[in-house]
Amino acid sequence: MKLADNMLVATSPANKPSGLSRRNLLAGAFAGGFMFAFQLPVRAANEPTQPPDTTEGKFAPNAFIRIDTTGKTTLVMPQVEMGQGIYTAIAMILAEELDADYAQITLEHAPPSDKLYGNPIFIIQATGGSTSVRAFWKPLRNAGATARAMLVQAAAEQWQVEPASCTASNGQVMHTASGRKLSYGELCDAAGKLTPPKEVALKDPKDFSVIGKPLKRFDTPDKVNGKTIYGIDAMVPGMTFATLAQCPVFGGKLAKVDDRAAKKIPGVRQIVVLDDLVAVVGDHMWAARSGLEALDITWDEGPNAKISSKDIWAHLRTASETDGVIAKSVGDIAKGLATGERIDASYEMPFLAHATMEPLNCTVHFKGDSCEVWTGTQIMSRVQSEAAKAAGLPIDKVTVNQHMIGGGFGRRLEPDMVVAAVRIAKQVNGPVKVVWTREEDIQHDIYRPVYRDNISATLSNGKVVGFKYKIAGSAVIARWLPPAFQKGIDIDAIDSAADQPYDFPHFQCEYVRVEPPAVPTGFWRGVGPNNNVFAIESFMDELARKAGKDPVVFRRELLGKAPRMLAALNLAAEKANWGQPLPARVGRGVSIQPTFDTSIATVVEAEIDSQGEIRLRQVNVAVDTGIAVNPDTIVAQIEGGIVFGLTAALYGDITIEKGRVQQSNFHDYRMLRIDQMPKINVHLIKSGEAPGGIGECGVIGGPPALRNAIYAATGVALRRMPIDRDAIAERKKS
Amino acid sequence: MANLNINGEQKSFDAPDDMPLLWVLRDILGMTGTKFGCGVALCGACTVHIDGKAVRSCLLPVSAVSGRAITTIEGVGTTPVGAKVQKAWLDLEVIQCGYCQSGQIMSAAALLASTPTPDDSDIDAAMAGNICRCGTYVRVREAIKHAASERQT
Repeated sequence: MKLADNMLVATSPANKPSGLSRRNLLAGAFAGGFMFAFQLPVRAANEPTQPPDTTEGKFAPNAFIRIDTTGKTTLVMPQVEMGQGIYTAIAMILAEELDADYAQITLEHAPPSDKLYGNPIFIIQATGGSTSVRAFWKPLRNAGATARAMLVQAAAEQWQVEPASCTASNGQVMHTASGRKLSYGELCDAAGKLTPPKEVALKDPKDFSVIGKPLKRFDTPDKVNGKTIYGIDAMVPGMTFATLAQCPVFGGKLAKVDDRAAKKIPGVRQIVVLDDLVAVVGDHMWAARSGLEALDITWDEGPNAKISSKDIWAHLRTASETDGVIAKSVGDIAKGLATGERIDASYEMPFLAHATMEPLNCTVHFKGDSCEVWTGTQIMSRVQSEAAKAAGLPIDKVTVNQHMIGGGFGRRLEPDMVVAAVRIAKQVNGPVKVVWTREEDIQHDIYRPVYRDNISATLSNGKVVGFKYKIAGSAVIARWLPPAFQKGIDIDAIDSAADQPYDFPHFQCEYVRVEPPAVPTGFWRGVGPNNNVFAIESFMDELARKAGKDPVVFRRELLGKAPRMLAALNLAAEKANWGQPLPARVGRGVSIQPTFDTSIATVVEAEIDSQGEIRLRQVNVAVDTGIAVNPDTIVAQIEGGIVFGLTAALYGDITIEKGRVQQSNFHDYRMLRIDQMPKINVHLIKSGEAPGGIGECGVIGGPPALRNAIYAATGVALRRMPIDRDAIAERKKS
Repeated sequence: MANLNINGEQKSFDAPDDMPLLWVLRDILGMTGTKFGCGVALCGACTVHIDGKAVRSCLLPVSAVSGRAITTIEGVGTTPVGAKVQKAWLDLEVIQCGYCQSGQIMSAAALLASTPTPDDSDIDAAMAGNICRCGTYVRVREAIKHAASERQT
């Protein structure tokens, strides 16, 4: 198995899908997960299929698989690799049903095409929302099984036997009775002339030979020796290097720039001045950076110059008191809230930056009548169309070269870095690589929104009667996928809140759309559930205490209708030695989450010192994600997600003053480091259910579980993130 | 004209004296395995070896390293320790996005070269300057121990 050369120096042309057949095997795709369980007006899955490619010497029955006469099997990756291991998972799913020879597999990035490679859940070609395996599970199995059936049929015709008397494995078809064998390479010409069957049988999961095994990843060997080419590493002959400054105040414009000093710096070639940004182009990034620092820029800061975090929170708190749109109602919430003892609480979440390790970047060669783009993006087709718009060219004149991604986390679900680079490149002769400084990356992110969640519940005899949960915050979906924003409800903002694992007799979930002034908001790994699981699971601990019950017992009693969640909770509690005594100021906290069709329970154990500093001791996570395509990747995603989430809980706080972001680099936008790490134990639960999402799950449960550990250790009920150290410092005894 | 010894080869190029080694490697020599992460030595993505010691190249003026032995991620695999670390990284499947891993591997290789059997506090001290946003720290630690144990067999 190996990566195609174009994964090192991406060259796949945008408007020519590699001569692939256009037969679209997305037909029959399912919209997995309640998150997107609605109908969009246009479905790629309904588009007409086309006949297979019958070129000599090649078998290409669909957009995902090509086999040549040598047996080389090229698998085209509809989803992008940003560390989550999806290339390996996709290859495993295709290879499983194809019965491919694993040693002959080569992977290739898909070119931009919603039609061929659109994510069946989003419709557009996008990697996000922990959807890849859920969305492509059936289409890819169908694609593999279809190809296999055609290869078997080709062999059977050659031998003049029944296809049913043949078997396939490891890239060969065999006739069991006679012992005859033909390789896929030998069969590809004949198979290419056959009509794909309308329906194919998929394997019984008990017969899987690849899926479920902890296989080595395809992408990692080139990542240990510096060979992998990320977007920021793209090298195009004759290229120059640029870096940019955008108005530090959101929405501001350039007033004037004095570039005399910058132009004297050796290696500086050109200053590009646009209405809202300035870029310095040089022989290398050092010249560009030095030039940028030497510019004397005056900004027209515009109407947002006085906005501060204080204003944003006042606006959000006021709006959160208004009635929301009802997203879900069970029983009679008014009656429920009128019965028993009532408890109210509000929880608040800060803005967060993505801070991908690979700073934002994009290389563009604008040639007047065409444009070529090199970048790593989670949205191939949208990048192509946005680049075309910025370039003033038809879409088919824009080529996009996809690269490995040095961290996406939702930041690369946006095309702004591509649009900026195209606008700069239009002023430059030859190809130019635009690289953002870390400061620019942090201060011009598209931020995880601030949220405020108001919860009211009633307890009677230690049991929940009514539970009303109201989310107030930005509707990212309304901007990013407008057709999915219906009836005033953002399906992401309510995800893992409206559909409760808890069996509350009277339940209501409401949503109030509140857009923060000035600050752009977007998806951030873990998306809506980060907010909802934090608020609900924090509140559950407060209710448990009010009810005089252990937090695990209290949750268990409400999970009668969610057996998979209950099993995860029980396993996490057992592995964490829940209930065993702990030293003073050490606590265990639990959280559960029904996220992306995966049931997870997390227990965090932490020590809080007298100053309020936190030492993370141990994290236990129990995961039921259905069929685990590559169990080792799943464990890795949970381990890494825990770090991502706890980093936010401990440090993540983007604040605004005078219309600008106050943080700028890793000294004031801190990250968890190796010397602060807890032990992390991930426990996978075996399951035969369809696969759930994984990439974001690990992020979500850590913050509420840590918050509840602090609650157990100190008695302080935190209701905001990140954690306020002063609030949990040991109180001086008077 | 500057002259540097990189991975055992002499490289000649034109660059200003104050230009950090990171940008010489990446933008002049086209050796893109060494990564830009923060530009101010806070994240470790740009780590290289100077005479065997782990150094952040993003603040290191090229004039300060002439005549010194520079090793980058492209060359570290030719040293026995570097090869062990790379193998351990793959054996334990440490890597996710991989962007920070050039720096992680360079820091780990320098640690093992000076401290063949590091304990947890040695690992903390040597690796705390390397941020991994994917959160691979659990496996980074295990892989360093794994590489250390392989060296003795």
